Amino acid sequence: MELVCPAGTPAALRAAVDAGAHCIYCGFADETNARNFPGLNFSRSELAEGVGYAHARGAKVLVAINTFPTAGKESLWHSAVADAETAGADAVILADLGLLAHTAQRHPDLRRHLSVQAAAANPDAINFYAQAFDVRRVVLPRVLSVEEIAAINREIDVETEVFVFGGLCVMAEGRCSLSSYATGRSPNMNGVCSPPEHVDYATEGSDSVARLGGFTIHRTPKGGVAPYPTLCKGCFTSGDKTGHVFEDAVSLDASKLVPRLAKTGVTALKIEGRQRSRAYVAQIVRAFRAVTDALADGRDPPALALARLSEGQAATTGAYAKTWR
Amino acid sequence: MPEPIGNVTIPRLFTAPMHILPLWPVSIALSRLARNLLRTHPEILRRIDKYQNHHFELDITDLPFVLRLDPARAQLRAFRRGAAPASDARIAGSFAAFLAMLHGAEDGDTLYFSGALQIEGDTSAVLALRNALDDAELDLGAEIANALPFLAAPLRQSLAPLERLTGLHLTRADTTPEVY
Amino acid sequence: MDLTVAPNPFFWRADAVRGFYAALADAPVARVVLGELVCSKRLPFWQEEIPQAVEFLQAGGKQVALTSLALITLKRERKLTADLLDLGLPVEVNDLSALHHIPQGVPFWVGPLVNVYNEGTLRWLARRGGTRICLPPELPMASVAVLAKVAQAEGVALEVWGHGRLPLAISGRCYHARLHERAKDSCQFVCEQDPDGRDVDTLEGQRFLSVNGVQTLSQAYACMADHAAELRDMGVSALRLQPQSVGFEGVCKAYSRLLASELTPAALLENLRLAHADMQFCDGFGRGAAGASWQGRAATA
Repeated sequence: MELVCPAGTPAALRAAVDAGAHCIYCGFADETNARNFPGLNFSRSELAEGVGYAHARGAKVLVAINTFPTAGKESLWHSAVADAETAGADAVILADLGLLAHTAQRHPDLRRHLSVQAAAANPDAINFYAQAFDVRRVVLPRVLSVEEIAAINREIDVETEVFVFGGLCVMAEGRCSLSSYATGRSPNMNGVCSPPEHVDYATEGSDSVARLGGFTIHRTPKGGVAPYPTLCKGCFTSGDKTGHVFEDAVSLDASKLVPRLAKTGVTALKIEGRQRSRAYVAQIVRAFRAVTDALADGRDPPALALARLSEGQAATTGAYAKTWR
Repeated sequence: MPEPIGNVTIPRLFTAPMHILPLWPVSIALSRLARNLLRTHPEILRRIDKYQNHHFELDITDLPFVLRLDPARAQLRAFRRGAAPASDARIAGSFAAFLAMLHGAEDGDTLYFSGALQIEGDTSAVLALRNALDDAELDLGAEIANALPFLAAPLRQSLAPLERLTGLHLTRADTTPEVY
Repeated sequence: MDLTVAPNPFFWRADAVRGFYAALADAPVARVVLGELVCSKRLPFWQEEIPQAVEFLQAGGKQVALTSLALITLKRERKLTADLLDLGLPVEVNDLSALHHIPQGVPFWVGPLVNVYNEGTLRWLARRGGTRICLPPELPMASVAVLAKVAQAEGVALEVWGHGRLPLAISGRCYHARLHERAKDSCQFVCEQDPDGRDVDTLEGQRFLSVNGVQTLSQAYACMADHAAELRDMGVSALRLQPQSVGFEGVCKAYSRLLASELTPAALLENLRLAHADMQFCDGFGRGAAGASWQGRAATA
């Protein structure tokens, strides 16, 4: 199986390639990609150099252009697609209907992957994108169980890619406006969720408080770590219940499910984390490469000890286990 | 199991004399280091982008002074703890944590999640700085040797044994060849 | 400019549904979208009401469309979606996979849960057969203005979210079941206890969100009263009003009178508060600000 690994910087791209990534995904330093964070992402020349580095070592580079173009400013997204092709990218990862149509028409030879931000969660949706825009691979949303993924693969004839590690959206991706409701900036429009410029950490009395857009997301006794205030991982009150209404401060670790996922016919395993450092990328990629190599050789994959790298230092298998819902 | 990075501290043998030394020579040396570093790695300022004019307080908790970074002016100065002018953002943690992050041995978010690093103030600015330094693949020993040549020879001889002795990540962890 | 009633996202008992649509037949709205939007498990409890509701509404002169589910994953749900066409009414697509079942050339509507953010997407949907599109609520006015021009050129009627708790997210996980410490598959339909959603506040008591099964809504009610005139001038042809369990007839009347210039935005708010004294409002998305914020001119009037 193919290992698709994140790179937020050229250094992380090289780290991922050196650690054994089959495929690297990255984006341009603007609102065209869904990890539009300060100090992150690639210029045009950095992308071309990164593609050169990866190709020389047998790895591929995918460029995520997976936000929804702003009305009146579509040319920024159109030039991102053109520039990705010029840089030698092996595919672009797209979510927006209009951008898919544009790319299929103007760049027919550029391989198109459907981003998780398009939330294609069933065979009808996938077949629709495949037929309309000749999409070759679909990144499946994180709302599906292993059994559902197997069923989907039986009804489609494009490749599928699933997330196995990293940050976990509990909502259907690309269909969530929680962040903009609190801050005005959203994954779909701006490529950011719970953006750092709206984050406020404060010490109040004996508590550490993390707020997003003025809304309290976490309050922990001082000395404890107030997690990054990602909205859907926050602690809230509803009636007589106080707690993590949507999801605990955990991230996805499906490393143990890789053999089962392989049997469902999944083509590629995706690691989340373009906002993380090159150290993180190298450690995770090495660990998962050991798993895919073992599977390819018919050996039992090694158990991975990755919890400390996770947000909240706790992990879940998310929707892959049906009980999660 | 190696010691968790948050628990590794600089031996007091090294830090004790710093309490009584004047800080101005330290500031001069540090600013020279910063100037040299930003000149040889122009991509750092490009990545810091609109946060160039922000001031960052780097509170290395096992040193007797704090550092204040002003990227736009390439200044890195030392202040007695509590005597530094206000900054836009503050990052606090042990020398070991800072070094591990800078040298690509540990992930900044991981250190933050485990409580080994603390952040206050403008979170965006901190992210920009962190990402810029991560991409620069710095080796502090090499940078010091570059900026302050009189330290090159002693550094060359002492870093490896010191690394073993202290458990600090004194050199770059990854060895990505600089081929392009 | 006229009014469209959104599909009711909440789980109401069959008799409540019957009463609601019977009353709506006489309301001053041009069209109604109905059907189950949020959770297919609810449908057996009230689907028998749909034919009669359609009949009532059509007799009252309303245009009627049927919505798809917002998130289609199960085989049963795909079949349900394919069957929507059999009823001979326009289908409102709220999950793009519904398009797979709509033959080229058959007209359809597009709901606010489909990501129509730009000209390219709007044009593509129009050429595929989309005749009426309600834009996602998070779009700022600047985007609406651009899209309204394209919609006019393409002969598409454009709608904007006008009133009601904003649909902010949809998930595979049921938050109602989670709050009751139940698995989704044995939820015992606890979402029925909250006919307008279950409120979620911050630890400091700030009113924030509202959960409705697998859907997350804003706790504040969006109110575009202040922007109605501007939207009309842009070429937006309808405001969309979302059902609520109390006082919805009043909501329809108030917005209808606003569009007829018989009511100022300030008077409309007063009207809305008659039925809901503590109703909290928001209109930030239109201004490109936090969606939760409220700076309507009427707020200070």
